[in-house]
Amino acid sequence: MSVHDAPLLQVEGLQVRFPVRTERRKAWVHAVEDVSFSLAHGETLGLVGESGSGKSTIGNALLGLVPPTAGRILLDGHDVTSARGPSLRELRRRVTMVFQDPLASLDPRRTIEDSVREPLEIHRLSPGRERGRRVADLLDLVGLPRRFADHYPHELSGGQRQRVCIARALAGDPEIVVLDEATASLDVSVQAQIMNLLQDLQRDLGLSYLFISHDLAAVEHMSHRVQVMYLGRLMESAGREEIYAAPGHPYTQALLSAIPADDPVVERGRRRILLRGDVPSPVSPPSGCVFRTRCPLAIDVCAERVPEPVGLGAGHVAACVRAGERVPAGT
Amino acid sequence: MPALSVQDLHVRIKDAQILRGVSWSVEHGQTLGIVGESGSGKSMTVLAATGLVGPPLAQVTGRAVLGAPHSSGRSSGGPDGPASATLPDGGGQDLLTLSPAGRRAVRGRRIGFVFQDPATSLNPILDVERQLTEGLEEHLGMTRRAARGRALELLEMVGIPDPERRLRAYPHELSGGMRQRVMIAIALSCDPDVLIADEATTALDVTIQAQIIDAVRDLQERLGTAVVWISHDLGVVGGLADEVVVLYGGQVVEQADVLTLFAQRSHPYTEGLFASRPRLGSAGGHLTTIPGSPPDPRSLPAGCVFYDRCTLRSDPRCATHRPELVPLAPGHLVRSFCATPVRDAPLDPEETA
Repeated sequence: MSVHDAPLLQVEGLQVRFPVRTERRKAWVHAVEDVSFSLAHGETLGLVGESGSGKSTIGNALLGLVPPTAGRILLDGHDVTSARGPSLRELRRRVTMVFQDPLASLDPRRTIEDSVREPLEIHRLSPGRERGRRVADLLDLVGLPRRFADHYPHELSGGQRQRVCIARALAGDPEIVVLDEATASLDVSVQAQIMNLLQDLQRDLGLSYLFISHDLAAVEHMSHRVQVMYLGRLMESAGREEIYAAPGHPYTQALLSAIPADDPVVERGRRRILLRGDVPSPVSPPSGCVFRTRCPLAIDVCAERVPEPVGLGAGHVAACVRAGERVPAGT
Repeated sequence: MPALSVQDLHVRIKDAQILRGVSWSVEHGQTLGIVGESGSGKSMTVLAATGLVGPPLAQVTGRAVLGAPHSSGRSSGGPDGPASATLPDGGGQDLLTLSPAGRRAVRGRRIGFVFQDPATSLNPILDVERQLTEGLEEHLGMTRRAARGRALELLEMVGIPDPERRLRAYPHELSGGMRQRVMIAIALSCDPDVLIADEATTALDVTIQAQIIDAVRDLQERLGTAVVWISHDLGVVGGLADEVVVLYGGQVVEQADVLTLFAQRSHPYTEGLFASRPRLGSAGGHLTTIPGSPPDPRSLPAGCVFYDRCTLRSDPRCATHRPELVPLAPGHLVRSFCATPVRDAPLDPEETA
């Protein structure tokens, strides 16, 4: 897999806040705060975090589905942060999305062909007469029999429907596909089929993926680099091997420790890092480091300022004043 | 005798055979893990066994015997349900022959339930206190005041901070993890002999899942509850279960104690389930897949139900005969003509959906 030097996508200081009204006072949901990253050609960046960490909002912001309140999004060096009209349409041809629930993503009253053809019509791609053939090619590409073109979503299995969603996402020859929990709702055997398909497509078409998931094992399997998010902020970012072998942020350590071990003997003998309590409200996130209220390593200074990213190796940073320290198990 | 045992359970809904002779049992203080993919019949075994699914929607045959109450010396409230008719099973009662009233007296009292989605399991217009005390008053005949005290204890037991305040909260005011703890507190409120958890942590984040699993393990140790843990997540089942049942196409295809199942699984389907998981440390490369998708319960194949997807089929009987569940070793049951220790045999990575 070749990864060019110049980033295809660059996100700088992205902030997304949503207004909410609480007891007659106007407040903001801090969905994404000061997030920067880049994505290279042919690369998969894994974005991992729990509910409310802001990972989906980042995907939505990339496609212009939610307006950022600060920061910039650069595609091939061009600012697309506030793209409108034709340039927004072009952005959504180059960057597409596959969502978690394929049944909810497909119109139940339209055939598979209609759904896969729609992007070709919207972007006025390939002459009308050839669109049928293009749809057939796309179905081939995702490993679906052509006869499914006349079928409706309810006639397909979950894995087949997700293949349709992938075919539709690929219709306009995109460069980046945002995969937002795209394998989360599938059974494990089907999930493996879809993950294999996504890897083949990346190899054959040179796609870049933003792989958004709460499943650390799936993220490890799919990604070249991994970013861990918590309550709207980036906690840690590193290459795949690095982040799993030597997690530097206490939150990443807790996340990895929460995954059941593969071997029941090991699982029963080991002590995990148990985080206390729940994720705080994104309307009034904690001062300083947002993770400090649940962090087993928190010290006084954590409440005072937002921690700067600390370098832990090539391309490995963790936003923590105690980055690199080990959290003792059983805390 | 087992706390709960299901024997030769068949469920038929219209022309779909959902379950075809499922048997399993769970002892007091033990955990039974039930694994399988969507549509394998995992949930249906407990729904049918407890009468939550039954006529006129579904035809259910077989037995679901709830053992005699566990005598651990802990305070167990009032008398058993009105229909605790003793059957020849040595104090057990068959839930499938109980009257609807008899089953209601058992559900929530002797069997507690936790389902996947706490948001839809809880009543949105009742506060936590009412939902916790309802069962205590109904089943144990407690007064409102006594029930409230017990509700507080229960919230503390499942690790909810500030339980006084949480009693007055409504479900929408709680986080997902907190709601699931409330569900567990309700399920355990009447000191049930059996706790049934159906994908109870699937909707939760991993750090919250770890908290919940920890709480269940701890409670089981203290109360001696029998737990039936249904999950598609082999890792979670591996960490919790003593005995594991693998369901496929409405039948048990493999059953063993957890260590045997993880180390010496033998059914090609079980092997496929294990092989297709992405695991930490197994990055890159292609995942092994199980080709195809599960069978349609309305038109099951004539031979082995796994025949279409099996990459190890080698016996002439596979296409024409249905294999029986037979012991491969003491306590290790397998339903396959091709059951061999296949641990190291790679499956064909061919894929179709």
